[in-house]
Amino acid sequence: MLPELGHFALILALLLAAVQAFFGIAGPALARDRWVAAVPSAVAGQFVMVATAIGCLVASFVNLDFSVKYVAENANSALPMVYRVSAVWGAHEGSLLLWIFLLAVWTVAVAIGTTRIPPRFSARVLGVLGVISFAFLLFTLCTSNPFVRLDPAAPDGRDLNPLLQDPGLAIHPPMLYTGYVGFAVAFAFAGAAMLEGRMDQMWARWTRPWTTTAWGFLSMGIALGSWWAYYELGWGGYWFWDPVENASFMPWLAGTALIHSLAVTDKRGLFKSWTLLLAILAFSLSLLGTFIVRSGVLVSVHSFAADPARGIFILAFLVIIIGGALVLYAWRAPLLKSTAGFELWSRESFLLFNNILLIVALAIVFGGTLAPLISDTLGLGTLSVGTPYFNTMFPMAVLPLVALVAIGIQSSWKRGRLSEHQRTLVSTLGIAIVLALAVAFGIFGSSRILTPVGYSLAFWIVLTSLIDPIDRWRRKLTLSRSIVGMTVAHIGLALFIIGITSVESYTHEKDVALATGQTAEIGDYQVRFVSVTPIEGPNYDGVRGELTVTREGRPVMTLLPEKRQYWVQRTVQTEAGIGTTRGANILIAMGEDLGAGKWSIRLQLRPLIEYVWIAAFLMALGGFLAASDRRYRTATSTATEPVAGSAAAAESKAG
Amino acid sequence: MSKLKFILPIAFFVLLIGLFWVGIQRAPSHEVLASVLIGKPAPDFSLPNLTNPGTTVGPKDFKGKPYLLNVFGSWCATCRVEHPFLMKLQQEKTIGILGLNWKDAPEDALAWLSQLGNPFTLIAADHEGRAVIDWGVYGAPETFLVDAHGIIVYKHVGALDEEVWKKEFLPRLQGKTPGST
Repeated sequence: MLPELGHFALILALLLAAVQAFFGIAGPALARDRWVAAVPSAVAGQFVMVATAIGCLVASFVNLDFSVKYVAENANSALPMVYRVSAVWGAHEGSLLLWIFLLAVWTVAVAIGTTRIPPRFSARVLGVLGVISFAFLLFTLCTSNPFVRLDPAAPDGRDLNPLLQDPGLAIHPPMLYTGYVGFAVAFAFAGAAMLEGRMDQMWARWTRPWTTTAWGFLSMGIALGSWWAYYELGWGGYWFWDPVENASFMPWLAGTALIHSLAVTDKRGLFKSWTLLLAILAFSLSLLGTFIVRSGVLVSVHSFAADPARGIFILAFLVIIIGGALVLYAWRAPLLKSTAGFELWSRESFLLFNNILLIVALAIVFGGTLAPLISDTLGLGTLSVGTPYFNTMFPMAVLPLVALVAIGIQSSWKRGRLSEHQRTLVSTLGIAIVLALAVAFGIFGSSRILTPVGYSLAFWIVLTSLIDPIDRWRRKLTLSRSIVGMTVAHIGLALFIIGITSVESYTHEKDVALATGQTAEIGDYQVRFVSVTPIEGPNYDGVRGELTVTREGRPVMTLLPEKRQYWVQRTVQTEAGIGTTRGANILIAMGEDLGAGKWSIRLQLRPLIEYVWIAAFLMALGGFLAASDRRYRTATSTATEPVAGSAAAAESKAG
Repeated sequence: MSKLKFILPIAFFVLLIGLFWVGIQRAPSHEVLASVLIGKPAPDFSLPNLTNPGTTVGPKDFKGKPYLLNVFGSWCATCRVEHPFLMKLQQEKTIGILGLNWKDAPEDALAWLSQLGNPFTLIAADHEGRAVIDWGVYGAPETFLVDAHGIIVYKHVGALDEEVWKKEFLPRLQGKTPGST
């Protein structure tokens, strides 16, 4: 019964999404306020239906209803309860349903949060969200229905992919999708502005908190994925430039550009059409990220379920939503004029450089990700673009970007005189360089060429970020959450640079063959292989090694890496033993049984790798703080300036 | 101010969609994966002989003759599906088959073969999956056609059956290029 109920709820949700889209877009266009007033009801109804549908799927998993094909494919009677719930998004169909559910949640939040803005505008935003929801529901119902029955029912299920049986991956997709879907809200605001044919500073103020929140979730989602890859895959890396990773990183880069460009539109009324384009771009890349994993367009280790049959539908989907938005953009954006100007060394300029460099970085990732597809399509043979390309090209865009952050923070809006900040900038840079050299040579005792550069830039960002807030605090001035959030996020960026610089400069890796009782060295640490014992889990068996780590004769930690064989899918899974001491992260993974009591064992030592993930969470926290600033909650619709009309002194800074 | 720059995004998008369109048409990723090794010499290995412990097996045992390399495991459901066809090839003495037993316990593999019959000329036990990586195997079953000069001519992913055999393998075995690929 439950699966049928879920299926039926999805069909009703599809109809309600159509109602929401139609009334939301046609109502304001035809000036029918009763249509406009109906939109929130459709939003609420759709939310209830989608929640019912996902509830039915969760219930089917919890009850292990193997007469449902999707459950039989992704669960097993031995699967622990937590993973029965997370198995809902373990494959394509359920991931889509999760996407739709999160979109419904965001839509309800927008409906509640936009009560203070003009109802016609808010209806347009909800209308665009309705179009997106409709398309996703149609796609799910036509090609990827999770409620399809199996007749006869399977006696037991095929189990969840063991890679996904992990707490990190249980929460990584919802977090990532919350970010992806959040960019749909920014996209909907852009769509509404284009449908209305005008866009002012109030528009940017309405859009900013949503975009920043979405960006925060995406930051956390990516960090969780990276953290998961580090300790679960046991390859000892935190980023592989894999197409699927890139697919989540590209919307993040576009989103980062967007939140900075929105700041300029909000404060100064500039970069209007550029902001619109970035909002479209961020969401387009989110869609690409959602689909790239599943369509088989790009081959990647992550693509658990590549299915080209769905590709055509996805393409039609992209053409209608993104193509539609871009046509609207080509038509409406030329009407947007900015009246203000700015000087060369003003904050506007630095944010423009920020945007340009972020887009260059995005283009580098985009090119590297799509190059194999392009070369294959044009018949140039199979090409694979690997880590060397990204590791060479990406810093070329990111190093100047990071170097500009410190100066940008110290610059002023509109006015272009850096001279008043010159002393601060030079003195902070001096302190930063001294600190950087102290860390590189004093603590680690060696250095590569880029090591002090990385540290210097990071410390410079921290110092320049803190000057203003500390100054305000000492003078007992109010410190808005926007400023605190921005500062936290920028310190997050600095921490991130410190983490990456340390890991790239001071990592030790070795593979050794050890018999029990033997000892190997890694860095300053001695690792002793104590024992290996058989273990049995709920749906796997395997072995667990016990290794003790000592430093200068003193015990530091004991690590218990495991090697598991999952019964149903017959896959072998390495659970690395990981511990942190004095800032250094030690990873030990069991390799092959070499016979005669010997095992191949992988030892890795990475200093400060945790900073990379902590940094991402700081950035997200900064985003959430900034989004909760009072100025967004009290924003009312007073200052509306018709854009198309202001032809005087037209100076568009777009593109 | 030119309006051209507002049309650029959509032009770029159209190009990209065109690319995806073509990409999806060719998508069966197996072809993409296969093409790396086709036309190259078969990677060598020397692995324990499953049916005759203590001796080793490798591509050298088929020197000068065309043969099939079939990746299988007792844990692989699709291998069971293609198994009768491999038996048929063996009974008709069409071609020698080198079995590559992947990540399997020897006793499981032997039990599986004694139950279903052994279609393989020789079987190499790749317990650790080393040879499998050299051969670029994506999953089991996979079947490679290697010619008399030791060059990989074709790779098939998934169950091998009569139709695939006639369409893809037989023409290549007879030195022809199949018309429809």
